[in-house]
Amino acid sequence: MTAGRPGRPASAMRRLGRASIIVASILFLCLFLVVPLASVFVEAFRQGAHAFVESIDQPEAMAAIRLTLLVAVITVPLNVVFGLAAAWAMTRFQFRGKALLGALIDLPLSVSPVVSGLLYVLMFGAQGWFGPWLATHGVKIIFAVPGLVLATIFITLPFVARELIPLMQAQGSEEEEVARVLGASGLQTFFRVTLPNIRWALLYGVLLCNARAMGEFGAVSVVSGHIRGLTTTMPLEVEMRYNEYNYVGAFAIASLLALLALLTLALKSALEWRYQAAENHR
Amino acid sequence: MRRRVLPGFGLSLGFAVTYLGLIVLLPLAALAWKASDVGLAGILKLLASPRTLAALKLSFGGALLAAGLNVVVGLMVTWALVRYRFPGRRILDALIDLPFALPTAVAGIALTAIYAPNGWFGRWLVPLGIQVAYTPLGVLLAMVFVGFPFVVRTLQPVLQSLEREVEDAAETLGATGLQTFLRVVLPTLVPTLLTGFALALARAVGEYGSVIFIAGNIPLRSEIAPLLIVQRLDEFDYATAAALGVVMLTFSLVLLVLVSALQRWTRRWAEQSA
Repeated sequence: MTAGRPGRPASAMRRLGRASIIVASILFLCLFLVVPLASVFVEAFRQGAHAFVESIDQPEAMAAIRLTLLVAVITVPLNVVFGLAAAWAMTRFQFRGKALLGALIDLPLSVSPVVSGLLYVLMFGAQGWFGPWLATHGVKIIFAVPGLVLATIFITLPFVARELIPLMQAQGSEEEEVARVLGASGLQTFFRVTLPNIRWALLYGVLLCNARAMGEFGAVSVVSGHIRGLTTTMPLEVEMRYNEYNYVGAFAIASLLALLALLTLALKSALEWRYQAAENHR
Repeated sequence: MRRRVLPGFGLSLGFAVTYLGLIVLLPLAALAWKASDVGLAGILKLLASPRTLAALKLSFGGALLAAGLNVVVGLMVTWALVRYRFPGRRILDALIDLPFALPTAVAGIALTAIYAPNGWFGRWLVPLGIQVAYTPLGVLLAMVFVGFPFVVRTLQPVLQSLEREVEDAAETLGATGLQTFLRVVLPTLVPTLLTGFALALARAVGEYGSVIFIAGNIPLRSEIAPLLIVQRLDEFDYATAAALGVVMLTFSLVLLVLVSALQRWTRRWAEQSA
């Protein structure tokens, strides 16, 4: 609120109120958000850069990094395809049960990560639904990489779809219909008209999906079995090192994840800024 | 009917429904199957131990309190970000999503390091008799941390689009700034604040990673319900884990329905005042 709004000079009371709200907000955000973030890096370098590098340059840390990347590389594309399909169906056509479909897409967001992991254990675990069948056929899902991937797909399923659905709803289908009438094929319409229109929102969804896929802890913790070098992703390696009182080692890996979070936030803000600029241009 | 102009209805809907069926519905059916095996009476019996009840009480009570605190602080911070201009505003705005972007295990060990008796804050707070780490207070703090972005991000667009004319009118008629806020602005924000509350609550109830490190996990005192699920699974006690899962999932579903009802209410409210 600017002080010089017409016909209403800012009173001393008003200025005091404004100043205290600003100061209290800045103080809260610094103490509550900035300090924990800073502490991750300080703790990681507590014993110097050498100890930091040493605790990352280890086979189990490298295995955790590779596994985390592998899980994200499988999860993100699948959820992108799902997000595109769900958004196309829900925003371009009318059908019964659309609201239910939307609610199901949102569901993983409100389920506890631990419960999400539990669902998969009850399905594929030793005493689960398919447990006996899997055991006789020698297929391992729980306490193995497929379980980690499935739990991560569940957790990150809504992210791309939720970015695309409101945008494609607002954009409407006129441009695509014109393309079709002018003789474009379905695929041409999608790649030349739809995709360029939704590219920022899609990228935004990918960003959030990837950040969560790499950082997920609760759900993967339940299905992982914590087998070092085989089923521990980076967040799980952080937990194991922390519980072994290897604090520098835990915070060293945590600092890599915090960097990923910062990078995600920076790109997200850049995209929002870009998107707003594009909106103003229209 | 537009259905025939654009292609891919069957393909896109078919794929989306199959995917949801395999990833979401089938696992939910597995939980329902396990729960029906145990039965409602069985579930209640499994949950009736003092330790489980204490954990459920802490998870639900703590999450309610955390969501309430988030509404109050979130309203203040959102107000500052939307209504005022000050240096660093854009960076702070971007940082609001930090609890969302930061992996929960990282947040958990960072909060523990700060509030432990030898930590940056702990070394000042502990001599004052304020123990945060390894107490229910630590659980509450972590729950506030993870729920915070939900209130701000729900409130921000609504506050941005709020018409200033009504406030100006109130003040022209002689209302003070505080009166205008309490009588004119706050009532219009109620459905939005409730939505933010419900979203923060849903997140905090089920939160695991950021809580378990700072909680210390002392039975009957600072143990949360999701941790009990993990412990039961470690003992291969699927029945009790499923019973706890059913309770938490039911609560999530109720909240989900509540949030969508609240959002419809917010939209109607906005349409009426427009």
